[in-house]
Amino acid sequence: MNFRGRAHKYYDNIDTDVIIPARYLNTSDPNELAKHCLEDLDKEFVNKVQKGDILVAGRNFGCGSSREHAPIAIKACGVSCVVAKSFARIFYRNAINIGLPIVECPEAVDGIENGDEVEVDLVNGVIKNITKGKEFKAKPFPEFMQNIMKAGGLIEFVKGELKRDA
Amino acid sequence: MSKPMTMSQKILAYHAGKEYVEPGDLIFANVDLVLGNDVTTPVAIKEFEKIGVDKVFDKDKIAIVPDHFTPNKDIKSAQQCKMVREFAKKYDITNYFEVGEMGIEHALLPEKGLVVPGDLVIGADSHTCTYGALGSFSTGIGSTDMACAMATGKCWFKVPEAIKFVLYGRKTGWVSGKDIILHIIGMIGVDGALYKSMEYTGEGLKSLSMDDRFTIANMAIEAGAKNGIFEVDEKTIEYVKQHSTKPYKIFRADEDAEYSEVYKIDISKIKPTVAFPHLPENTRTIDEITEKIYIDQVVIGSCTNGRIEDLRIAAKILKGRKVKKGLRCIIFPATQNIYKQALKEGLIEIFIDAGCVVSTPTCGPCLGGHMGILAEGEKALATTNRNFVGRMGHPNSEVYLSSPAIAAASAVLGYIGSPEELGMKGDEE
Repeated sequence: MNFRGRAHKYYDNIDTDVIIPARYLNTSDPNELAKHCLEDLDKEFVNKVQKGDILVAGRNFGCGSSREHAPIAIKACGVSCVVAKSFARIFYRNAINIGLPIVECPEAVDGIENGDEVEVDLVNGVIKNITKGKEFKAKPFPEFMQNIMKAGGLIEFVKGELKRDA
Repeated sequence: MSKPMTMSQKILAYHAGKEYVEPGDLIFANVDLVLGNDVTTPVAIKEFEKIGVDKVFDKDKIAIVPDHFTPNKDIKSAQQCKMVREFAKKYDITNYFEVGEMGIEHALLPEKGLVVPGDLVIGADSHTCTYGALGSFSTGIGSTDMACAMATGKCWFKVPEAIKFVLYGRKTGWVSGKDIILHIIGMIGVDGALYKSMEYTGEGLKSLSMDDRFTIANMAIEAGAKNGIFEVDEKTIEYVKQHSTKPYKIFRADEDAEYSEVYKIDISKIKPTVAFPHLPENTRTIDEITEKIYIDQVVIGSCTNGRIEDLRIAAKILKGRKVKKGLRCIIFPATQNIYKQALKEGLIEIFIDAGCVVSTPTCGPCLGGHMGILAEGEKALATTNRNFVGRMGHPNSEVYLSSPAIAAASAVLGYIGSPEELGMKGDEE
């Protein structure tokens, strides 16, 4: 689980309302949601983001609503991984459950600037800022969550569990 | 002998079939109730169908409440609600609440007796933490969690550390549960309880009504918490007996349970509190607001403050007065029952005479859905729970949060102020 892309950096407390405003919640189509990702924070984001890019943010990323539309929109617009100082807990579990890779690492966030080329190794918890030639160590992903991510998300994981029980 | 545990640890351990769980443990636990609304359930249905089961784990333990965009505001939301309705019918979901018998989910479920002390409840809505007021462990999850729980009756949890809030003293004047929770969020910040449980105890609970406690538990998520939970007392039991026939189980924290922090709060010192844009932690007490903040709209309602006590206090202030000319004041009783009770008590007439508009229960404006969207540059004072950028409409509008008392007084004044400016003294009892 390695990801490499350009960093788009934002600040603390990015909430689910700016990730995907409620006015678009009358649909759950990932492609529709992707068109409005981060719209109320940065109107240009969806035009700038390229497949594989990495979202970098401060503390409490994804605070607010339980809307899974938020990680869905981020994933569907091409973001490969989110690195933040901390995540709001519902966003955290939603991201794991839908298979959107996320990493907590305050040092890496401080050491990455907007536009830097970044590489994330999720299993070993290594984040590299290729542009600046710096390396940061995050806590490796707990095995429990790696298993969910490896299965491709919670649905596939539960399908596997149900088969095992049968 | 197992090690000491907090209320949340005990409820999670019990539902995971374990003697003891420790903060940080990752567990699968059996849930007593799974909740979804019209925004989150459609996503859950799509995921549920991928699992490939032909029935839900227990048709009586799922609650589906279309409340965000209902009565439907547009064709797309009507399509989503249709999908939810058909799912509820196909799987014979007992607790599906159609328009006409519904209410805002977190006011409705306790009222219908669907949650009792000791329950483990998950809901695909972040304010599911509301039921902690009843001594249950309840927390918000997403749609995929909802889908898996509907299929298996289980959900994964990371056992949280807890912060203990020991409340003492009695609230005074116009202070309500809303002021207490805004005070706490102002003190610890919007990530002050991140991943943690907020446990409330102390003799100060005695002066808090159940409605106060629901409001406080409701906003645990606004401090980043996983859940908020109140020690069960006579008031809780009385409420549960009035609303439910379900068996309940009381879990008390061990006296030597470990907490990451302990806050002792004298609630007699708390003053009416307002959260400024754009975060619930940007709080100021009403007497710290020296400038006049003119507002365009007041909203009284939501899962935070649309209960009968909230409407009573608003009516007390609005009785015989008029909403400031040019200001819109919108009132949302949170459930059909609350609406009916307000009618019986003459509150609705007071609201209409004052120049307010009274709506059917809906989450509508709280999340910028419908029924009171703000235009560019407008300011609103709301008894809702969030004031993020664009929360109630245009990204360049502003939301301030307060109690129903402050909201009602401000609707008359035209700017953010207290009932005392209208010559009304707070209840000292």
